[in-house]
Amino acid sequence: MRFERSHTRRAVALGVASSLVLLASACGGDSGDKNSSGGGGALEGHGPITFATGKDTSGFLPKQVAAWNSQHPDEKVEIKELPENANDQRQQMVQNAQNQSDAFSVLNMDVVWTSEFAANQWIEPLPEDKFPDLPKLIPATVETAKYRDKLYAVPITSDGGLLYYRKDLLDQAGVQVPKTWDEMLAACLAVQAKVPSAKGMSCYAGQFEKYEGLTVNFSEAINSAGGVVVDKDGKPNVDTPEALAGLEELTKGFSTGAIPKAAITYKEEEGRRAFQEGKLLFHRNWPYVYALAQKTDGSSKIVNKFGVAPLPGKSGPGVSSLGGHDYAISKFAKNKATAVDFINFMASEARQKVNLSGSSQAPTYASLYDDPALNKQFPYLAPLKASILGAQPRPRVVKYGDVTAAIQDAAYNALSGKTQPKQALTDLQTKLTSLITQ
Amino acid sequence: MSESAPINNRSESKASKRVTSFNEGTGRLAAILLSPTLIVLALVVLYPIVSALRESLYTSGTKLDANGFVVKGSTFVGLDNYAAIFSGDTGSRFWTAFYNTTFFTVVCVVLETVLGVAMALIMHKAFKGRSVVRAAILVPWAIPTVVSALLWKWIFQADGIANTLIGSQILWSTDGWQAKLSIIIADTWKTAPFIGLLVLAGLQTIPAEVYEAAKVDGASVLQTFRRITLPLVKPALLVAVLFRILDTLRIFDLPYVLVGPHKPSVETLSMLGYDEAFNTRYGPAAAYATVLFLYVAAVAYVFVKLLGADVIGEARAKLPGGKKKRRRAIAAPGAAEASLAGGQ
Repeated sequence: MRFERSHTRRAVALGVASSLVLLASACGGDSGDKNSSGGGGALEGHGPITFATGKDTSGFLPKQVAAWNSQHPDEKVEIKELPENANDQRQQMVQNAQNQSDAFSVLNMDVVWTSEFAANQWIEPLPEDKFPDLPKLIPATVETAKYRDKLYAVPITSDGGLLYYRKDLLDQAGVQVPKTWDEMLAACLAVQAKVPSAKGMSCYAGQFEKYEGLTVNFSEAINSAGGVVVDKDGKPNVDTPEALAGLEELTKGFSTGAIPKAAITYKEEEGRRAFQEGKLLFHRNWPYVYALAQKTDGSSKIVNKFGVAPLPGKSGPGVSSLGGHDYAISKFAKNKATAVDFINFMASEARQKVNLSGSSQAPTYASLYDDPALNKQFPYLAPLKASILGAQPRPRVVKYGDVTAAIQDAAYNALSGKTQPKQALTDLQTKLTSLITQ
Repeated sequence: MSESAPINNRSESKASKRVTSFNEGTGRLAAILLSPTLIVLALVVLYPIVSALRESLYTSGTKLDANGFVVKGSTFVGLDNYAAIFSGDTGSRFWTAFYNTTFFTVVCVVLETVLGVAMALIMHKAFKGRSVVRAAILVPWAIPTVVSALLWKWIFQADGIANTLIGSQILWSTDGWQAKLSIIIADTWKTAPFIGLLVLAGLQTIPAEVYEAAKVDGASVLQTFRRITLPLVKPALLVAVLFRILDTLRIFDLPYVLVGPHKPSVETLSMLGYDEAFNTRYGPAAAYATVLFLYVAAVAYVFVKLLGADVIGEARAKLPGGKKKRRRAIAAPGAAEASLAGGQ
């Protein structure tokens, strides 16, 4: 009990730390011995549970949960809505775990949190045989739910980067949709030379502001050139010629003007606005942009003028960073058997199909991407499938917060011309080595 | 004899008892009446500070065991967390943040003071529509910092109003002097009205006769300002400036939202502490918080000592014998209060 109290204060303190650094950790109390109160992985007990998830912007989640509740009146699931911002969601889940509170049963986690939550034993390891649908899911998405080859969560939604391009302008210039960076640059030059209305447009932009999106874009550039940030054994290996080629592709884009200078301030929305206003010929973004760019309320100037393709790479198709969400079970929850059933329910193909058509979130079943009706509704499904099938998870490390900050630091300094790409990667390798080897 | 003496004694002791019991009674009553307040103060002020100090001597969750699990439990590390702040990689980050915090405090407070005094002088003038001007000047102060940070973020974005107005493309939120400048502009915009408000209150206590006398003596506008207005408004002004200094020393939300985290040109000490806490390293976070607390307390103390800012009230400070003592006591509560006030 004493442990619990001291950690409540720690949690409260963390909350106010933003404006009140004085109390940044007004807690005290040693962490005591935390023994696995969950009972060593026993997933037992039926009854009501809660489901902690980020703010549901689609408004579709309650319907999914209602479908479960109507079938299981004695094991009702209650949605605990967390903030919209991913950092705030993580913070609340961390606090909940440090309080050893049973307030959250099933956690809807961003794919990059798995290692941290698993290493801290905040979530239950899951026996794979209890999740019969697992082998049918896209392998890359299942990888995001593992820590040291043990399963800790089940991937429910996925996400991959897409290349949005101005179909109308490419057609006018008579060029094909590019598959490599060189082709993309050539296509851009051809359009600028042949199409008068394309004058003053920039070639390409992604998300290059210093935040998580930069980690995604940097990893994609490096993976697409055949390099890695963190290799399969979990060792950083970023100081390589392949990685350098990937990073240089981005820095070259900035120095030649193919990528507009302003792109260093772009997050998803800034880039989307620029693309919709007709300032960009090619744009890397997530599938959600498709519906918005097709909006006929006047917000988009490119309705029916754009197409979607997999990301380009160095000498062939590019490699996307994998997004999406996994569901895990809190170590300190009650009724874990119900939690297992609920995750299986949400992970089922039928539920994912309903979810895709209702909220347009990318599923983790490869089969759903080939559904003709869904393809009609979401014309980007085919390139998205290609993107996700070839995607790589971002570094799966315990100290993800520090690792992503280090990556952003190196990438941002290189893109803004503060350090040479080679130097940035050497520095990053040193930094990552100290963060990952412990 | 033997009887009268005890009686005498008894009556004497009774009399003296009455006096002391009266004093003791009031003292006890005062203690009883005050104790809830003192307990609450101890709980909300003293306990967090003490436990933060204690936490800063511990560290936890930094090692993995053979199975890849974080080793539980916190270890006492003495002053290691503090030592780590000042040395190596973290050291250069700390000194940059320390410089930024100090730089913002000095530049912003100077600008805000000049502008705030000007605003107060305008608001003090009797003219038509004065109430509208007063209300308009106070609007920025009424807006929450995070909201005004978002507002300025839109103004300063690549295709925002600021760039349209100056006719060039400055990327304000990128790392560099322009990011610093955007913080200074936004902070000054927001908090100059605060100084204006307090100075206005000070101005309104100056009797009109003083100005009339100055006019009769043929003093110029500048002379009147320097010799009459400024000295008389000084107590209010100093309190306002002290509050702004304490506020700016722990500036967090404006750079965090307007420019973003992990940008060396605007990173402040509060942001470092937050960053550590966010990555669940509470020991180092508490160490940062403590260092910032000491810095704030030291600056407040120096300010109060040098300029004699009268935080508690001139009349009480002038009580015989109490002046020096009280002044010395001002610094710490002032700092604690301002730090505890949360978002401005």
